[in-house]
Amino acid sequence: MAAEQKEHKAKKEKIARQDMPEQKPDVRKRNFDEVPFGYTPELAQKEAQRCLQCKRPSCVEGCPVNINIPAFIKLIAEGKFTEAARKIKEENALPAVCGRVCPQEAQCEGNCILGAKGKDKPVAIGNLERFAADWEREHKEVTVPQIKDATHKRVAVVGSGPAGLTVAGELRKFGHEVTVFEALHKSGGVLVYGIPEFRLPKSIVQSEVDYLSKMGIKIVNNYIVGNTRTVDELFADGYDAIFVGSGAGAPMFLNIPGENLNGVFSANEYLTRSNLMKAYKFPEYDTPIIKGKRVATIGGGNVAMDSARTALRLGADESYIVYRRSMNELPARIAEVHHAEQEGINFKILTLPTRIIGDENGFVKGIECQKMELGEPDESGRRRPVPVKGSEFILDVDTVVVAIGNTPNPLIPSTTPDIKTTKYGTIIAEEGSGLTTKSKVFAGGDVVTGAATVILAMGAGKKAAKAIDDMLKS
Amino acid sequence: MAKIVKRKDLAAEVVLMELEAPEIAKKRKPGQFIILRVNEQGERIPLTIADSDPDAGTITIIFQVVGKTTMQLRDLHEGDKIADLAGPLGTATHIKNFGTAVAIGGGVGTAVIYPIAKGLKEAGNNLISIIGARTKNLLILTDEMEKISNRLIVATDDGSFGVNGFVTDVLKQIIDEGIKPDIIYAIGPLPMMKAVANATRPLGIKTIVSLNPIMIDGTGMCGGCRVTVNNQTKFACVDGPEFDAHQVDFDNLGQRLKVYNHQEKESCKIFG
Repeated sequence: MAAEQKEHKAKKEKIARQDMPEQKPDVRKRNFDEVPFGYTPELAQKEAQRCLQCKRPSCVEGCPVNINIPAFIKLIAEGKFTEAARKIKEENALPAVCGRVCPQEAQCEGNCILGAKGKDKPVAIGNLERFAADWEREHKEVTVPQIKDATHKRVAVVGSGPAGLTVAGELRKFGHEVTVFEALHKSGGVLVYGIPEFRLPKSIVQSEVDYLSKMGIKIVNNYIVGNTRTVDELFADGYDAIFVGSGAGAPMFLNIPGENLNGVFSANEYLTRSNLMKAYKFPEYDTPIIKGKRVATIGGGNVAMDSARTALRLGADESYIVYRRSMNELPARIAEVHHAEQEGINFKILTLPTRIIGDENGFVKGIECQKMELGEPDESGRRRPVPVKGSEFILDVDTVVVAIGNTPNPLIPSTTPDIKTTKYGTIIAEEGSGLTTKSKVFAGGDVVTGAATVILAMGAGKKAAKAIDDMLKS
Repeated sequence: MAKIVKRKDLAAEVVLMELEAPEIAKKRKPGQFIILRVNEQGERIPLTIADSDPDAGTITIIFQVVGKTTMQLRDLHEGDKIADLAGPLGTATHIKNFGTAVAIGGGVGTAVIYPIAKGLKEAGNNLISIIGARTKNLLILTDEMEKISNRLIVATDDGSFGVNGFVTDVLKQIIDEGIKPDIIYAIGPLPMMKAVANATRPLGIKTIVSLNPIMIDGTGMCGGCRVTVNNQTKFACVDGPEFDAHQVDFDNLGQRLKVYNHQEKESCKIFG
């Protein structure tokens, strides 16, 4: 028996990790269509067969929402694709999104025993998750889940990003009446204004939002909690609990000279124009954007990669990433860096922008930069970049996108003084429940953690939903 | 969706609309604005709330036709709906009894100064209003301003109505008369606001302007509306739209307002 199992395992390891077919870099860098096409059923089943079905699966531990990964992969291997999607959905309401945007290499796949041995690559868990979710949606197999008897309790959810959507879905399942308030005219938060179409098609986000509507959740757009109505006024309107998932939407700037020149954007503005407002379709859509020929994006995270790749698709001849540390410290997902490199993004690493230079009409014509070298590790554990004397040079660009991070929007705490924040502007919330310093107000996602990932926001949303449900029942 | 309950031409290419927006009507204060989008392909534009009727659940906007979006808006009728309306946005005007307050409105800026002037008057200020336009048929809200002001002076650049000259000339004139304003609110075209700021700076009279940079979300998310005030970057949508006129870098704002001139022309040309 033992020998048989060993032989079985050995046989499995012979299958190489299956790549997803995708658009060729030269083609895709000039269109906004999604880069990977997704697995075919054959590829998915082949990849699923690589899973060792570990008894104590460390991939599950690596997942912030603890999806039963071996179970759903086994279902894919057996050709039960819809069942696989439903298995994922027991723990994760947005698998089509997470399969595309989670940093799997730092989570489930990073823990996969196949990859840990170093000889092989981990199972492509993210790709499989995406496949199952797409299959279920495309084959119209999505069904509205069982909703418990009405509790007649009302919950307001502020923000329709990953945290808000998750909280709303969970609370609705528990039988509560849920209203989601969204400031923008489209729902989905960062999934619609931030992450580009080529990485996360907006039709997928829309189908997730439609799914919540089908569950009986009310979504109110163009409603800015804090302005249109404050948190206290919502309580006066009869809500029994409020969840704040307003995200980290306030852009940070470098505070260097020239940042208010024409052609300098925050990544939020650049991506919002392109994604939410569809400026890439100007003049069919009315919102314009500068289609720079030589674009520098400052920063090394996913948002920076999204901006640099958007610049190419808007027609840039040269799109740079300007990053002050080295390639090893880039905080972006490996897949994003890989895709960016394939598309010809020019990485100016160990480079610090010191000044943006304008022409006589106030438009950007270059960035003054300084070369850096890595010194001793800093408080983040990464080696601190130190300027190299006399290494100043000018990068000839006409557009600059600043993608160095976001902080939470202060609107809710500033209009609700008993919701306390940290010195970074994040809302103070209890670990686990998400309860803020104000009674019956919970918070989760980027507004609590600072800019992080979709899956962490969803995890926080799930925990908060449980805590809100407990509170409403007691 | 927000329904247009009233539509009226106030002057050449200046239109007043009352929009159904019960929550905004209840909440809004002088100095605040809304963001609207005419249709699915539309851009988001900010417009000041000129007035509101909380009982009727309506707000009033007044706009000048300057680009494709305002052309589309102009062509709508009573009963039509616009796709999106969000607000109230921005920090409300800090209104109190300052003593003598001067409210200056230039062109369509009179629509922006009107709710502030009304608030100042209600707070007990001795309100002197100065409104101006290029020519007589571009003047708006003359009767409304007359009604709320202790004194109203109207000026036109071409002398077709009231004083022949700029609002700054009128301002200098009343200061020469011996009036000592405790505060001045000046809203209008950029060169006008800059001229008022330059006139009052040496006199040390506190002067507030309302800025109108390009915006998208209006909630502090995109930073497109950044303005330079006292050598610091501020977001007009949340930190403003009102700022100390003596600290505003008007030239930087003037430059930033021109960033999409080319695209705006293209859009207008296609729209016809």
